[in-house]
Amino acid sequence: MMTSAFSLGRIIRLTLLSLGAIVFLSPYVFMISTAGKAQSDIFTSSLSLIPAHLTYVENFAKALSRVPMARLLWNGVVVCGLIFFFQVLVAIPCAYAMAKLRFGAARAMMVLVMLGLLVPIHATALPLYVAFDRASLLNSYAALVAPFAISVFAIFMFLQFFRAMPDDLIHAARLDGMSEIGIVARVIVPNAWPAVTAFAIFSVVAHWNDLYWPLIVISKQDYATPPLGLMYFRAAEAGDDYGALMAATLMITLPLVAAFLLAQKRFVEGITMTGLKG
Amino acid sequence: MASVVSMAAPHDSAAAHRRSEAQIAWMLVLPAMILLFLFVLLPVASVIVLGFTDFELGYGKFRFVGFENYAHLITDRTFRKSLWNTTVYAAIVAPVSILLGLGIAMLIESETAARSFFRTAYFLPVASLIVAMATVWQYMFHPTIGPINALLALVGLPGPNWLGSSGTVLYSLSIIGVWQSAGFNMVLFLAGLTAIPRELYAAAEVDGARSSFDRFLLVTWPMLGPTTLFVITISITNAVKVFETVKTLTDGGPNKASEVLLFTIYQEGFVYLRVGYASAMTVVFLLILVVLMFLQYRVLDRRVHYT
Repeated sequence: MMTSAFSLGRIIRLTLLSLGAIVFLSPYVFMISTAGKAQSDIFTSSLSLIPAHLTYVENFAKALSRVPMARLLWNGVVVCGLIFFFQVLVAIPCAYAMAKLRFGAARAMMVLVMLGLLVPIHATALPLYVAFDRASLLNSYAALVAPFAISVFAIFMFLQFFRAMPDDLIHAARLDGMSEIGIVARVIVPNAWPAVTAFAIFSVVAHWNDLYWPLIVISKQDYATPPLGLMYFRAAEAGDDYGALMAATLMITLPLVAAFLLAQKRFVEGITMTGLKG
Repeated sequence: MASVVSMAAPHDSAAAHRRSEAQIAWMLVLPAMILLFLFVLLPVASVIVLGFTDFELGYGKFRFVGFENYAHLITDRTFRKSLWNTTVYAAIVAPVSILLGLGIAMLIESETAARSFFRTAYFLPVASLIVAMATVWQYMFHPTIGPINALLALVGLPGPNWLGSSGTVLYSLSIIGVWQSAGFNMVLFLAGLTAIPRELYAAAEVDGARSSFDRFLLVTWPMLGPTTLFVITISITNAVKVFETVKTLTDGGPNKASEVLLFTIYQEGFVYLRVGYASAMTVVFLLILVVLMFLQYRVLDRRVHYT
């Protein structure tokens, strides 16, 4: 019933899906096509997808000469890497203690975590900005990373994951004479690998894309993250030089999209896991 | 006597063990607790307090002004415009991206060919840098050289000035918002759909649910309950938090037609540096998030108890 060759229903279904896919992918198609068009081409033939004069080299050269691409990508990697490192370093021990150890403050901690889930950076940005300003920490990696070192979402997610882990595993490790910290490092972390990858994807996608906080604390090109760098380029590019603009856009979008295409299954799993539990 | 002593000993060691367990637990939790206090609790408390002051960055002193900021908010035309625009944006983007996500998920789920291709195509916007893709959309929407209006011209329709006119800018931003979030919802719905046991559909068919629409109403929709509720809350919350596209493409314009909540807060607090007033706005923003969360819990309590 379901797989019978090409019924009318299936033709409609495939048509709808294909049309939708064309619409969803069209910005990418136009991005790639426009990145190779000369200025005159852009103004005369916006619907032809193949550039009349291939100017990829010129447009990319122009974009590279005005956007410090390597710097931006490096900043993005450093900031996302540091944020992820601290988030995991802080959240895993905390979640382990909340899931598997008995102590008085466990309930209070749970309430804190649930409250924390509600508060986005947009709500805490004002006082944090004032504090970083007073501490002369604006325009630094510290300002970009510090507010995100704690992720209640990470604690919440690892907590769910650890609760499902069998207690026997931990008892066995204790009987072997392992310390609690040893247990976290050698038993919990290796077993929490699926949760760690899922969270890594969530965290990197969120912070690679974030514009709000970097926009607030960074005003120098040296510390700009990819979205912020692109904003600077747009602001400097008063005219309609869409060729160079699309070339810059393409270069800046590529790393994450490439990572997604390579590790697609993990991405989707990660988003589902983090999404459904959030 | 002897027996009592020998029984007390292990009890003592158990108590000692519990104490050391609690000590270790505290040690493991402490870093998280300190950071949570520094970067979440203290700032939220400060925002609430600052909302009652006339604090401005750059001026040394400030005074408490009671509810003056809030009284001002009620009559502030920019803020009211901003609240209204955010509501309109969320009222378009959330339902459309949810229905679209559900529709695409169901089409993909019942299709056998090219499933992973379609999933990738619809999910790609989620993994793309939004500031960059907003720039591409700006080109697509360009009134004279953009492909969308060129396409409309082919069929003889006059294209609007999408992002440039105050009548259409919010809808144009909504289109980008839907494009950006439908794939995310689709992935969540796909996960929900694959979790539905096949036998339920067979059973529904035996019970007389002949058409696929009947089976949808009888099986799919109720079984998707928890997923749907979650998707609804996260979609509304994300729509209320719209900022990137507005900042990149319109700066709230033209004529404040795309002024949205986070953008107004950003302008007041970080451009005009009126921290006290912006804090009052932030409190309103937080209240909206609290209400959304509360509604989710209420609905969650009321129904959706299948699993």
